[in-house]
This record gives sequence, C-alpha cells and structure tokens, in this order.
Amino acid sequence: MFKIVKREEMSEGTVVLNEIEAPLIARKARPGQFVIIKATENGERIPLTMAETDPEKGTITIIYMVVGKSTALFKTLQVGDGYQDVIGPLGKPTHLEKVGTVVCVGGGTGVAVLHPITRALKEVGNRVICIIGARSKDLLILEDKMKAASHELHVCTDDGSYGHHGFVTEVLKEVLEKEDVKLAVAIGPVPMMKFVSLITKEKNVKTIVSLNPIMVDGTGMCGGCRVSIGGKNKFACVDGPEFDGHQVDYDELMQRLQAYCEDEKACHDGFCKIRS
Amino acid sequence: MSTQPEKPAKKKSIPRAVMPEQAPEVRRRNFEEVPLGYTKEMAMQEASRCLQCKKPACVDGCPVSVDIPGFIKLIKEGDFTGSIRNLWTKNALPAVCGRVCPQEIQCEGVCILAKKGDPVAIGNLERFAADYERAHGTGALPPKSEPTGKKVAVVGSGPSSLTVAGDLIVKGHAVTVLEAFHKPGGVLIYGIPEFRLPKEIVAQEINFLERQGAEVQCNAVVGRTVSIDELFEEGYDAVYLGVGAGLPRFLNVPGENLIGILSANEYLTRANLMKAYLFPKVDTPIPRGKNVVVLGAGNVAMDAARTAMRLGADSVKIVYRRSREEMPARTAEIHHAEEEGIEMFLLTAPTKFTGNDKGRLTGMECLQMELGEPDDSGRRRPVPKEGSEFQMDCDLAIIAVGSGANPLLTQSTPDLKLNRWGYIMADPETGKTSKRGVWAGGDIVTGAATVILAMGAGRKAADSMHDYLTWGW
Repeated sequence: MFKIVKREEMSEGTVVLNEIEAPLIARKARPGQFVIIKATENGERIPLTMAETDPEKGTITIIYMVVGKSTALFKTLQVGDGYQDVIGPLGKPTHLEKVGTVVCVGGGTGVAVLHPITRALKEVGNRVICIIGARSKDLLILEDKMKAASHELHVCTDDGSYGHHGFVTEVLKEVLEKEDVKLAVAIGPVPMMKFVSLITKEKNVKTIVSLNPIMVDGTGMCGGCRVSIGGKNKFACVDGPEFDGHQVDYDELMQRLQAYCEDEKACHDGFCKIRS
Repeated sequence: MSTQPEKPAKKKSIPRAVMPEQAPEVRRRNFEEVPLGYTKEMAMQEASRCLQCKKPACVDGCPVSVDIPGFIKLIKEGDFTGSIRNLWTKNALPAVCGRVCPQEIQCEGVCILAKKGDPVAIGNLERFAADYERAHGTGALPPKSEPTGKKVAVVGSGPSSLTVAGDLIVKGHAVTVLEAFHKPGGVLIYGIPEFRLPKEIVAQEINFLERQGAEVQCNAVVGRTVSIDELFEEGYDAVYLGVGAGLPRFLNVPGENLIGILSANEYLTRANLMKAYLFPKVDTPIPRGKNVVVLGAGNVAMDAARTAMRLGADSVKIVYRRSREEMPARTAEIHHAEEEGIEMFLLTAPTKFTGNDKGRLTGMECLQMELGEPDDSGRRRPVPKEGSEFQMDCDLAIIAVGSGANPLLTQSTPDLKLNRWGYIMADPETGKTSKRGVWAGGDIVTGAATVILAMGAGRKAADSMHDYLTWGW
C-alpha cells in the first residue's frame, strides 16, 4: 500500500491534494512526469502528473480534480489510508534549458502540474512570467507557490472575483506584446491549451503543452492515449506527455476524452447513490 | 510390402478422448472456460493410447523438452502426483501450456499416431495433471538446491520470465521478478482471455513460484522506476529481460483515431487485466459494440472477437486481407470462434474509417483483395481488386495486426544492442545480449510469437545464466 501522509482540500473541495509515500518514484521523478494510481483491487488506473516530489522524505504529491467515480473514491481516502498501486515515474521529463524569458500559463488543476516545471525553468536561469486562471477566486489553487516559483505572476478569474476579469489568453496577448518571450508552457483544460497555442503560433513562440488523454497502462502498450501530433500518431505515455503545442490536434483530443462519458456518468451516479 | 505385423491393434482402436466443452450457444455469452477438462477415467484412457515410443518425436517437438511419454505413463498408471512432478522438472507452467500451446504443430503434430489417425491428446493430459494437482495435490514443492548466494532480477512476468524464475529458483539462486503492471503474469494476465485461460490458474502458477521462494514485485517499470545498471548496483548478479513486444501496431488509414477504435492490446487489457467485462462492478469501462469488426486473423484477433461476442455484440466479423490459408491463428481457435457465430470476411482490407459528428465510429470503407505473387514473408501478397469498394457498418473496431518492440526499456539502456526493428539482439542458443550479465528472450527478441516459444527461450537463457552464476561470463 502507498500511504497518504498529507491531505488537503482546495477549490471548495473540488480539488484534493495527496502527499503519498512512494520512495522509489520520488527518487527518480523529474518535473513533467506522471504516475498511474489505482486505489483498490477493482479500481481504475488513473494517470496524474506529479505536482511535487520529495526524494528525501520519499513522497510524491498529486493534486486531482474530483470528476468521476475514481476520483470521488480517491477523495474518500484520508491520511493513513493509501492507494493499492502507484506506478511511475512515467513519461518523458520536461526539457529544461535557459532560453531567456518564458511564459507559463496554467488553468484549473493544470496549475498543479505547471508548478514544478515553472520552478525548474526559473532554477535553470530563465526569467519566468506566470499567468494562472480559474473560474472564480475560490477555485484558484497554488497562488502563493506560483508566485514564489516565478518572477512575475498574473491571476485571472472568469467571473472577475479576483485579479484580471477574463481569460488567461487575454493576459497572454499583452505579455507577448511587451516581452521578448522565447518559450511558452501551457497546462490546463484542452480548450485553454488550444487557444494559447493559437496565440503563440501567431507570434511564432515555441509552445509546450502537457496532455492527459485516456490511458490504461502508461508504458506504451495499449495505444489508448494516442494523439495526433503534426498529423502523426504519438503515444502520450511514452512519447509525451509534453508535446509541441502548435502540432497538437486539440479537437480530436477533446472528442477522444469523451469516449467513456456515458459509462463514467453511470458509474459515478451509482457510487454517489451508495454513499448518500 | 512389409509383412511385419502392425502394432497391437487394441491401442489404436481406442479413439482419442474428446474434451468436453461448453456448448457454443451458451459459452458465446459467458466468460467461463470453454473446455471443461478430462475426468480421471478419460485421462487414464487417453494416456493408454500412448505407444511409449523408444525415440519419442513428441519430446523433440516440445520447446522445453517435457518428458511426454514419462508423464503420460504415470497418468495411465493412476499416479497423478508422480505425473505432475515429472512435468515440473521441465515446465514451471503446465496448467498454462496444457491450455494455450499450439500442440498441433509441436508435440501432437509429430506424434506417431498422427500418421494414421488422431495423435495422443498431450495438451489435454498435461492440463489434466496440472488441474488434478491444483484440486487434490499435497502442495509439496519440487526439491531445490542449496542457496548459491547469487541474486537474479527477472524483468517482466510473462511466460519466458516465469520459466527463467522457475528454473533458477530450483538451482538455488535468489530470484526477484519485476513487473510493470499491478498484477504479475504478463500476456497470460492482460492478453489471453479468461475463457481460454482462467486468471485464477495464472495466479496459482505464480503462487507456486512464490512458494518456492521467488519474490514478485509489481508496479516496477524497469527503465523508469529503476534502470538495469541500478539493478546491478543494488547487488543483482544477473538480469533477464522478458518484457514482451507490446507496442501495438495500427493500420495507418484515415479515421483511425475515432472513438470506438482500439488496439487489441487495449481492448484485451481492459477486459482481462482490468476485468472491465464486469463494469460497473469494477471501475474500468470497456466499449460494448453491437456491430464489431476485428482487423487481423491471429490468435489475438480471435481472442478479441470472442470477447466482443461475450460482451453482447449482435455481430462480430473478422476482417482479414489474405485468405483462410494464411490466417495465423490456430485452427482450433478459428474453429471455436466460428462455432460461436463469428463471421470471417477474408480478402478484405479497410481503407478508411468513418464516423459521426461526435467523432464516434460508424463504419469502414473496404476493398476486396485477391492474392498475387508471394511477398517477403513467402505468403501471396494481397492486391486490391479494382472497383471492389464497399461499405461495412460498425460501431467498434479492434486492431489486431500485431505488435512491435516497446522502446521504453531499450531506450533507457543504450549499451543494449538492438536489431533494425528495435528488438534486443540475443544469442539464439544462450539468450546472452551485448551487455554483460544481461540475458533476453521471448517476444522482445523474436517479435510476437507463442507462449511456449517464449518459454523455450527462457529455458535456454536460464541454463546459460546458471552457467554464468557458477563459472562466470
């Protein structure tokens, strides 16, 4: 069992942080890599990119949004409980290089994945500008950590309850006008990554996105996570999860993420009924 | 003409004992095992058909050289415990091999009785001995050599790895099996369906190795969680790589990323490893197609097609671009599939998948083929017939056209020599790779093959590893 040593709820309980004992993974993991987590014997294998690792303590931290049966089940786990299986680190780490000014754009729980990458990009000597967003102030996560990990932080909320009233893409346009940005990293909901990539493409700014398609094994065996990159099939688990944002077929990815939506809803409703 | 009298007539007069099976119309909708197994009486009767040849061709036909006349004689005499103990000396997985080996091209194919009639049912008898031990056995373990103090890491837990583990553990080495999935067994767990190989049996075969002292570590992705060099740093003296092929091939035709198109690997992993056929009792879903097509005609394609039928399909079609003669699946598997109502669309190749506005599969455009000149594989090349385009409706398509070498481990081990297809280069006689202290075998060396060939490679490697651990490289 992989024990939970710390647990926090964020975003009005829709997002949960778990710090988990996984010494072998903590020792090896690099920013941008993910793990596959399964809570119980009959559970589903869920890929989640790591938000933090502590090799000395032997722990990894994941931050997930509660969306279906499996994450609802995860949410019931308390400190001292554990996951039956945690597998990783999987995927290729982020390529870290000093390029000059970098802009990191995060939305929703994508901010959790963006945080270690942002910090690492700063550590290798880049000037890092961050733009993070959420639907409202109460749903925003990791503002303080992102502030510490970057040189400049912009916050956006869709409803204007905090920071810039509007989307991250609006602030991104302004930043790209003012600054000589060499690299953009965008992690968040697929539509956000799509629109960020459209904007940066106009400005010819290289853009990295981290994709989280449906996946079973995470080691290149099933091909369920295939994504079209520049018209070619790539497996997010072994070729990614990070890809050139300008090459991704986002519309196909959005459709493929819906593959099991009806099954997932039925399964989740059944689970909620049992628990209520 | 020879005037020599024929062999005693009574031996030939006993017909081959027919394996009782679930009726096709029943089994096509359940996941229980298809063959039901021999009774004691049937097994002893079948065993009495064996001529006990002085120079048994069947043993040469077996990649792990099971003492076939020996274990059959013991069944004939009613010594079932003796029989399984005899099997164990050559085969750590008899319950698996009795079920999934292609006996018709191996031991049974060369059985002397096959020349004039039906060969001895060697596979069924092997299965009987293993099943009888499981149900009635004493649990006694085979004898084991004194500990040598040497440590071996076996990467992967499919048939070749389990053979290596079984062979080295009885020779006194400490064996650790490292498996990337959360359950051990490799293709026996994620690939071969429950109705052909109950997962309980695989679990028991692995438990047998654990009881002998092998340690099994799951969730260990060698190449990611730990590298091969780190295994040596941790104190392992030798490493065996039996990680399988496991990189699914696709057709590369337009529309292949529509929802409802899965690799056979994904479909079978969901069904077998994740037990998604029990959804929503378990949490992993699986698409339940009404009109299912399976592209390809190997054993994996048959497994996928028969799984789809069991998940409630109205129609399941095997679509294959060559003819029946070239189908790579075992005859018995094709026969079982057809009995269950699976249709064969031969000399048919898809050119495009079509879908609706939600990105879900609705059909497939196909061409009819005819066979031309032989290609590189020696089989006649399928060539499209002009003007033969037609549409086939389907809501689930499973791609079962083979797999390639998974680069996950090999990419992280640059000093491991690969061939041009990405498979590990290993000496065919010993399994030695270009990296000192590292052996490899099974599908990651040969490309996708059978359980027993992988076990044969495991046997050779285990012998060579034992040599190395005793005498040096």
